[in-house]
Amino acid sequence: MTTLQATFKKISTAFYKASDAPSNTIAKEPGDTGIAPENTNLTMGQSEPLLALRGITKEFPGVVANDHINLDIFAGEIHVILGENGAGKSTLMKIVYGFYQPDSGKMSIQGEEATIRSPKDSRQIGIGMVFQNFSLIPAMTVAENIALFLPNQPVFLNRRTLSGQISEVAEKFRLHINPEARLGELSMGDRQKVELIKLLLCHARVLIFDEPTSILAPHEVERLFSVFDELRKEGYAILFITHKLQEALSVAHRVTVLRHGKVITTVPRAEVDGRSLVSLMLGVEITEEAENTPVEQNPLNPVVLEFRNVFTSSISDSHGLDDVSLSIQSGEILGVAGVSGNGQQQLGEVLLGLHCKSQGNIRLFGNDLDHWSVSRILQSGVSYIPEDILGMGVVPQMRVCENLVLGEIDKFGSGGTWINWGEVKAQLDQVLNTFPLPLAGHDARTDSLSGGNIQRLVVARELICNPKLLIAYYPTRGLDVMTAEKTRKLLLDCRAKGGAILLISEDLDELLALSNRIVVMYQGKIVHEFGYCNASAYDIGLAMTGHR
Amino acid sequence: MEHAEAEQRDLSGQFQARCIDLVKPLIRSLTGIGLALVVFGILLGITSRNPIRIYANLFSYTFGSTAGLSEVGVLMIPFLLTGLAAAIPARVGLINVGGQGQLYLGAWAATGVALYSNIDSIWLMLPAMAIAGSVGGTLWAAIPTCLRQWRDVNEVISTLLLNFVAGLFVNIFVFGPWKSSGSYGYPYTPNFSAAAILPSIGSTRLHWGFIVPLLAVTACYFVFGRTTWGYNMRAVGGNVNASVRRGIPVTRYIVVAMLSGGAIAGLAGMIEVAGIHRHLRPDINLQFGTMGFLASWLAGHDPVVLLGTTFLLSSIMVGGDLLQISANFPSAGIYILIGLVFFCVLGFRRLRDAAK
Amino acid sequence: MNSLWLIILTGALTGAMGPGIPVLYATYGELLVERAGLINLGTEGSMLMGACFGFIATVETDNVAIGILAGSLAGALLSLIYAYLVIKRHTNQLATGFTLALFGAGITAYAGKGFVGSRIEGINPVAIPLLADIPLFGRAFFQQDILTYVAYIMGPLLWAFLHYTRPGLSLRAVGEQADIAFAGGRNPAAWQFGAIIAGGMLAGMGGAELSLGLTHCWIEGMTAGRGFIAVALVIFSMWSPLRAMVGAFLFGGAIGFQLQLQSIGAPISPFVLDMFPYVITLFVLTFWTGIALRAMPEGLKEVLKMNA
Repeated sequence: MTTLQATFKKISTAFYKASDAPSNTIAKEPGDTGIAPENTNLTMGQSEPLLALRGITKEFPGVVANDHINLDIFAGEIHVILGENGAGKSTLMKIVYGFYQPDSGKMSIQGEEATIRSPKDSRQIGIGMVFQNFSLIPAMTVAENIALFLPNQPVFLNRRTLSGQISEVAEKFRLHINPEARLGELSMGDRQKVELIKLLLCHARVLIFDEPTSILAPHEVERLFSVFDELRKEGYAILFITHKLQEALSVAHRVTVLRHGKVITTVPRAEVDGRSLVSLMLGVEITEEAENTPVEQNPLNPVVLEFRNVFTSSISDSHGLDDVSLSIQSGEILGVAGVSGNGQQQLGEVLLGLHCKSQGNIRLFGNDLDHWSVSRILQSGVSYIPEDILGMGVVPQMRVCENLVLGEIDKFGSGGTWINWGEVKAQLDQVLNTFPLPLAGHDARTDSLSGGNIQRLVVARELICNPKLLIAYYPTRGLDVMTAEKTRKLLLDCRAKGGAILLISEDLDELLALSNRIVVMYQGKIVHEFGYCNASAYDIGLAMTGHR
Repeated sequence: MEHAEAEQRDLSGQFQARCIDLVKPLIRSLTGIGLALVVFGILLGITSRNPIRIYANLFSYTFGSTAGLSEVGVLMIPFLLTGLAAAIPARVGLINVGGQGQLYLGAWAATGVALYSNIDSIWLMLPAMAIAGSVGGTLWAAIPTCLRQWRDVNEVISTLLLNFVAGLFVNIFVFGPWKSSGSYGYPYTPNFSAAAILPSIGSTRLHWGFIVPLLAVTACYFVFGRTTWGYNMRAVGGNVNASVRRGIPVTRYIVVAMLSGGAIAGLAGMIEVAGIHRHLRPDINLQFGTMGFLASWLAGHDPVVLLGTTFLLSSIMVGGDLLQISANFPSAGIYILIGLVFFCVLGFRRLRDAAK
Repeated sequence: MNSLWLIILTGALTGAMGPGIPVLYATYGELLVERAGLINLGTEGSMLMGACFGFIATVETDNVAIGILAGSLAGALLSLIYAYLVIKRHTNQLATGFTLALFGAGITAYAGKGFVGSRIEGINPVAIPLLADIPLFGRAFFQQDILTYVAYIMGPLLWAFLHYTRPGLSLRAVGEQADIAFAGGRNPAAWQFGAIIAGGMLAGMGGAELSLGLTHCWIEGMTAGRGFIAVALVIFSMWSPLRAMVGAFLFGGAIGFQLQLQSIGAPISPFVLDMFPYVITLFVLTFWTGIALRAMPEGLKEVLKMNA
């Protein structure tokens, strides 16, 4: 670049940075010891819970999300709500926060009954909630985001006072943040701090956190927990929802376990350990080894897919791959266990070439996959059931028959440029003749179908071509029990025909019933591999939650 | 026997439902148009003109006389083409408001060929101009396409801005090196030679160029509805993420759609200079690109419905010309009626449709 | 040769602020609208309404103040149609905006027909003492009419409004993430309505300045695309009122420069300089994509379908 160009660039960039109101320097973190707080034995000297729930019940069509829940939260405690996905934790918190109304039950704050009809009501009585997706505007600064939610702000914002207030609270609880920083440039951990400061400045007394650590790096998690400790010493009540028992064990004073919408138990931390918590979370019934369909594995079968030391960057809220190596042979089902967001999404994305890998090697049927187009990969015998069916699997405005042939229209009809839908439908009927799952009519618009129907459509599309490799994300999600069983049978049939399946699922029973081997992903790494013989729900559950 | 009867009943029920589906929006649109006409009539009445008599004249001229109908045809030609220039990219999910600019560039390129190529035969000259026009429009559409694919520049903004640049670009030539001597206040290029003129039909201004948009609409109808390309385009426009994951070459479709839009708009430019004006003027057909875009939106980007919406708009515009001559009405005043028609039709669409 | 360039420069500067002011008003207006997450291509129509009805009102009442008021109201009335259609009936913003630009052209052609050729006193330049005597720049900036001076102040005022007041914060929040603004207790539709009306008023004022202050006459279609230039300038300025002032100045300067070039017989076509606002906006968008995307209100990105 010539000096003229360089000068021009400098001037113009300065021009654009100059008249933005705040500057954007990122806060520097002073040295943090990063030691998790010790678990002090809390003596509950108070008689009156800060927040009390009695008999909270909430039903949605087909499922009882919360079933007569009783809960007491005291000031000065860190109370963890533990449970699997679908146990009803989020629903309960949304009721407390005012997003949902309970079908029955009462809530009271410091003894006085409270009617909460909207988030505004709950904010007013001092309940604050930090969600997984933050209520923050990336384009505005920290101070502006907070000012947006603070009541009683004057017409002419006094930025200095605001900054002062923010810094004061931040200093008190060691939440180091620069009030003038632009939110979009902050890490997830820092954004969470902003949400917390927002709550504190709105005078919340009960602080609820919904899966706060899912987007944090390990050192940020420790910092968060030390903040919790500071807060509870000041008399705040902290309610912390998670499925990770490692965290529950390290920070909780009391733990409430939810399962299928019911409170199983509320215990002080001292009385439980990892094993007992897992059994409470998953249900005592699964104490024996799960029945595994005996599968013969021929070690001489060709390797269909191989990942060697693959690294990728992360996408928004999902971890990138961190030195992942795996291989699948034909006639094998490799199960991938783990809570969604720990890198599973990347497996499929990087295989199809939709996301770049920064290091490592992927081989498909022995071929190096660099520079293969999506089309070429699919043509070589790969099928893919995506994790977001509506967003990535179908074109909502199209009809069922059109979605069934998506991307492969040239293989149907007479194969030329002209489409005769009558022929296509007839061919589809023929191929789907032996397909056991019920499908919607060919001419129905896909966006008018139920979730289960759409799922079946995609499963049908991906399985009828007898793929050599199937990447299946949550294939039975949204399906009723019988259909789910039939789908699993289809997966087994595919394997019997020599297909290889990468099965990503959150349903441990399903993984155990179908997989030859199971790998567990946690924060982008494969933390454990279980062979057929030594897999048990316990161990998988522990590995999934980061417990070693 | 019973089963067959039940089936018959069900089929006729389906048929009825389908008819209602088609007729309802049509009735709503017609109501909207009617309302617009009433409001416009009131406006005319306020300024002491007799709306009934004016409307009677307009209808009889526009729909009842050869001259009127041919004028409607004259306008439909560029409207259809610029409408398709918006409809084709819309099918892959792009918004092309640059039909205007692409038309200008086509007109410019065709004029260049007409003035400087010294071809004598009409059978060589016109195709040469047509090719030049298409290429001009394509190149002008290539700019926003490249900017979008390489630098993520939004195509709404880029095509909009380039419209104005194109108009000025044409002006540079018309006011400068291509200005014909003797044209002072309102300059234009020298008139085209006979070889560069599309012959008229009968004594009207309608010329043989009308074949082009008819062919284009027909082609689009078949490509969109019956071919794999049209199907893939719809997939890309409906859900890019799903299309990519199923192996559809999304980039290729997007680029081809945009460039096709540009080519068609460029062709419209050529047809206008060769068929109507016979020379290049500054800011020819100022609003044609916009009208085409609006016609396409009104038609839901459907090529066949586009025939209807362009007919509607052209009729109104012809009415405006007649008003100017007969009732001392400013030529731009007809945009009031066009605006009213759009407001009433757009505003009446059921919210369910709008929310889609 | 140096003195030649000096003459050109002074000439350009003197001419600079004048032609830029109408566009600046419209840019201010559209800036508010886009900050609320909408794009109103009908700004051109609102400017025409302001120019036409401002002129008519001044001719009829012989009072410039009433003229300016009438112009603003006319511009606001047109944008009211946009607000109703887009917010209440959820019509497409681009199509509606274009239609309104045409509609405005139609109405003003019709209404203004009887006033073509009328001449008025209009708004005349008033020199600011002391400041107008600064060599070189004084005449260019401080011997202008009242609306120009108001425009100077309005820039910093709007900037302060957006960044230092609660309502400004609410407006920006609505334009970025309307649902979060809603969670924070604002009514996004109301804010958007208000922004559109304000935008129409400002565009109307710009039009009034054009017919009353700059040309002292009315010609059909006299805004000649300035409303669209305003949309381009809003993007060029990356949604900041202060940078908008610079943009309008450059635009005015380009015209002034072009006139100067013409008067000395330079061989560059005047239309080349007319391209300046559009080309430079495209340039900025292409090479400063990152900054542009950062500065663009999220709501606007959705309108332009940039989230695919």
